[in-house]
Amino acid sequence: MKTRSPVLWPLLGLVALVLLNAVHDPGFLKITLLDGHLYGVPVDILTQGSRTMLVALGMTLVIATGGVDLSVGSVVAITGAVCAVLLQGEHSLALTLAAALGAGLVAGSANGLLVARLGVQPIVATLILMVAGRGLAQLIVDGQVIIIKNPAFDYLANGFVLGLPVAPLLVAGLFLATHLALRRTALGLFIEAVGDNETASRFAGLAAARIKALAYVFCGACAGLAGVLAAANIRAADAYRAGENMELDAIFAVVVGGTALSGGRFSVLGTAIGALLIQTLTTTMYNLGVPPAIAPVPKALLIIGVSLLQAEKVGRWLGGLWPKKETAA
Amino acid sequence: MTKTASGVSRQLPLIVTAAIFALLFATAAHFYEGFFSARVFISLLSENAFLGIAAVGMTLVIFSGGIDLSVGAVIGFTSIFTATLIEKHQLAPGLAWALGLAAGSALGAGMGSLIHFFRLPPFLITLAGMFLARGAGFWISTDSVGINHALYGRISAYEWVFGAVAIPASALFLVAVILAGWVVAHHTRFGRTLLAVGGNEQSALLMGLPIGPAKIGVYTVNGFCAALAGIVATLYTGSGNPSMGLGLELDAIAIVVIGGTLLTGGRGHMLGTLLGVLIFGTIQAAILFDGRLSSWWMRIVVGALLLVFILLQRLFLRRK
Amino acid sequence: MPDHALLELRGIGKTFPGVMALAGVDFTVRAGEIHALLGENGAGKSTLIKVLTGVHPADAGEIRLAGQVIRPAAPKDAERLGLSTVYQEVNLVPSLSVAENITLGRQPGALGFLNWRAIRRRARAALARLEVECDVDAELGSLSVAMQQMVAIARALDTSARLLVLDEPTASLDEKEVAELFGIMRKLRGEGLGIVFVTHFLDQVYAVSDRLTVLRNGRLVGEYATADLSRLALVGKMLGREVSEADFTSHVAAPAATTQPVLAARGLGRRGAIAPVDLALHAGEVAGLGGLLGSGRTETARLLFGIVARDGGEIRIKGVPVRLASPREAVQLGLAFCSEDRKAEGILPNLSVRENLLVALQGKRGALRTLDAAEQAQLCEHYIKALRIKTADAETPIKNLSGGNQQKVLLARWLATQPAVIILDEPTRGIDIGAKQEIEQLISKLRADGLAVLFISSEIDEVVRNCSRVLVLRERRLAGEIAGADINPEKLMHLMAGTHED
Repeated sequence: MKTRSPVLWPLLGLVALVLLNAVHDPGFLKITLLDGHLYGVPVDILTQGSRTMLVALGMTLVIATGGVDLSVGSVVAITGAVCAVLLQGEHSLALTLAAALGAGLVAGSANGLLVARLGVQPIVATLILMVAGRGLAQLIVDGQVIIIKNPAFDYLANGFVLGLPVAPLLVAGLFLATHLALRRTALGLFIEAVGDNETASRFAGLAAARIKALAYVFCGACAGLAGVLAAANIRAADAYRAGENMELDAIFAVVVGGTALSGGRFSVLGTAIGALLIQTLTTTMYNLGVPPAIAPVPKALLIIGVSLLQAEKVGRWLGGLWPKKETAA
Repeated sequence: MTKTASGVSRQLPLIVTAAIFALLFATAAHFYEGFFSARVFISLLSENAFLGIAAVGMTLVIFSGGIDLSVGAVIGFTSIFTATLIEKHQLAPGLAWALGLAAGSALGAGMGSLIHFFRLPPFLITLAGMFLARGAGFWISTDSVGINHALYGRISAYEWVFGAVAIPASALFLVAVILAGWVVAHHTRFGRTLLAVGGNEQSALLMGLPIGPAKIGVYTVNGFCAALAGIVATLYTGSGNPSMGLGLELDAIAIVVIGGTLLTGGRGHMLGTLLGVLIFGTIQAAILFDGRLSSWWMRIVVGALLLVFILLQRLFLRRK
Repeated sequence: MPDHALLELRGIGKTFPGVMALAGVDFTVRAGEIHALLGENGAGKSTLIKVLTGVHPADAGEIRLAGQVIRPAAPKDAERLGLSTVYQEVNLVPSLSVAENITLGRQPGALGFLNWRAIRRRARAALARLEVECDVDAELGSLSVAMQQMVAIARALDTSARLLVLDEPTASLDEKEVAELFGIMRKLRGEGLGIVFVTHFLDQVYAVSDRLTVLRNGRLVGEYATADLSRLALVGKMLGREVSEADFTSHVAAPAATTQPVLAARGLGRRGAIAPVDLALHAGEVAGLGGLLGSGRTETARLLFGIVARDGGEIRIKGVPVRLASPREAVQLGLAFCSEDRKAEGILPNLSVRENLLVALQGKRGALRTLDAAEQAQLCEHYIKALRIKTADAETPIKNLSGGNQQKVLLARWLATQPAVIILDEPTRGIDIGAKQEIEQLISKLRADGLAVLFISSEIDEVVRNCSRVLVLRERRLAGEIAGADINPEKLMHLMAGTHED
């Protein structure tokens, strides 16, 4: 029996949403070439959605191990602050990026230590950094919004290469690299095994604790890079607002993308589509003239709908409505 | 084993929390002139009244092993909802409050039902609830609405004068809610059932306890508390604002944990939450008194306290 | 039908999806008796108790309490009728006080408010009835397991119980605590209560019970007066084998005795799980680990595979002392272990047959030395064919396979790592006859290929058929060892029952 692709539903949702937009506003899909750069709503969605996508990439692995990381929004704020302070001090871009990535890795390691080694519940463990992290970010920038004037840094989020925006390309590259690293090696299998049945994985000789810890470290690194992109995007480090609600969008993207919150099977591609779906939804709201503040409502309804579809009980009801074919035993 | 010895060991987290509060307050009193006064002590309560009320509901939810991230958003929603009803629709404040409390409770009941009947993770469903409530609040109005009703002025100006001490209405509200929460948590079947469910749901089932009503009930009660906190916040600020209570759920959870309640459920005390509010207030007041320390130290210190308490709880449980 | 029967179950049947748990079971308990309920794994004891207490209502049959037909649909119903149960793992709330645990759900008070003084008084009274001294304000979790057990019994008795079910209450008690418990059971019997006592320990059955009922594979074997049934006959009934049946002996060839053992353990033990044992496994031998359920078989296997830490003792692999502190280390050292709990500790349910099959080998190689697609396909094809695993293809999620085929995938998982030692804990449990035979054939092939196999089974004939040497455990210590032609069902049963005379 071939299992249906987990990407199918979010993809259908995305296509439906895009079609809806295209009908409402025929200019929605229009992409223009201006000064050798691509412009248009789809390009905007990709650019604006790239940070959520990146955070959701790390979140996918954490959720696949059966955990969750609530601290990513705070980590985004921290690394943005680190970048701003270092660039203000006229440090090199390479050092700045390395420091930001390092901050993300440290944050992820702290979460991994608490969850995998000390056995603290993931929600509880990552809540600590979620609370303290934003304070740390504000401490780093001393409560100021620091303007960043560095063309090379700016280029990361707002530049174009061969007419294409840099940030989405960068994120797409990371998705591809992660996908290959997980699926061309056995790492992906190990993560899915630990998320599916941790005891059985341990008994099969896998280093379950180490695998879980690594997922948090990777998630911290992704959030760190997303923090760089966020700061570059607005050319400033805003420790108060950077990464706000990003953990929610990332979790939503992962769940909508077909990775169950209970862990196990994950889909990196599904997450990418889930993140785009959420960004498109936000853009749609904007185009329909809905005030941005109300945009969370459809997101909330979407997530309740998706989690109900994944719930066992509903599955049984629907299973009764559409009997599925018996599999060969 | 003597009775007192066992009582002491059972209340150990509460005692630790009380000692931390005493230590913090004494340290602040030592460093900052005028800190050691009834006025400051009362301000710890009055300045954090609506946060404290939300924390009372959160305590009950955490007792049951759940979590509710929607409380901040419900505060914002209730605040703008009641303000709009009073100012734009000329509703009597009492009626507006009743409607606000009903809306908060209904949202809680809905989330509790989803969590119980479909076995969905509380944090995800209450996240969705948070988005819903926040969105609904902004849908009513994106700007804050001032309330000019006479009753509001009277309540916010009210002080219960007790000798040389004047206690503002908001502090009285908080104390009343904590007392009510204490009665519910420690002197009703509902409260004990919550602790049993949080301690071991399987056992609670085999003991024949009403798990469904308890779980749905606790999110309903918490929705009610959040709405009440929203009303108190509106009284305190004299206006309704849809962005009120942003991120407040984190502070409420932190207060509950600092109060010695186990975040995984099954163990805790409502008086711990009172102490948690006092500790939170003391840190806040100390930072304010100092004048040199910036506000973000608040979050860092609260985060550090969270870390310490969670590690202590791990240690405490592992030794058993 | 005895007229003084307190509880009568007639023709009880219960089926779970795909599993027949109980069929046509009769069970009678009289007032003022202690009635032991016995049976091996899968006999249906727990299901019968859950039917009785309303956790799983029966599909067929009738329950009468003092002559009245009852239909408990939830634990609360059963309690109200006077049927109280103390479950195997103490099902109380450790973070609450003793008094609360005794009264939860039925606390005295009005309108949902509690009267703490009355709660304490009632808890003290309940404990006093058992003649147990205990501070009712103490946190339950701070008490010893034995004391928690007493609290659980006090809770069960608090509801004017007429019948008390004790589901393996002695599993984690020491001798003195067991004696105290028996004292209380006898006292309650004197008060006219009917007591159902589930246990694995035969000594305890004979020490305290008046009558006993044996179940096997979901069916009734019989009801007996304890005094009339010999120990050996009882073991025979539990294992579904009459001692008088034509006996057969083991024909399994033993390896050359001179070889150095692949795995040798000395003084392997853990407090409360298994008293120190010595054991050695040689290449090309199938050694059996026999004993009744709860005798310490699984615990021994888990110590050998590094799942639980051992208190002391030494393990050598091919003569070299090893630390062996985790399953990961065990796998690296060439050990393999098939757990008795396939669902919780074996399969990765949502992953494919291929992934389930390769996960241990891949784990042994590490993440970076990845098996390429061709190697994976070739290994899967090989094992699916060699073990005749019935699956649509290698990409089918393992949860869609039958139990027997899941078990074969798990065996293949370990064979793929090319282990030197393989520990099989009840590999034939819960699978159909055909698959059982295939697994036995496979074990014999593994022996021929030079593996050392440690075989744990509740099926006595299976042990005799497959092993060239058997270590028998009883009540968590080594009871004896037999080898070669000495292995026959009767000898084994004597050792398991503790009735061998030498």
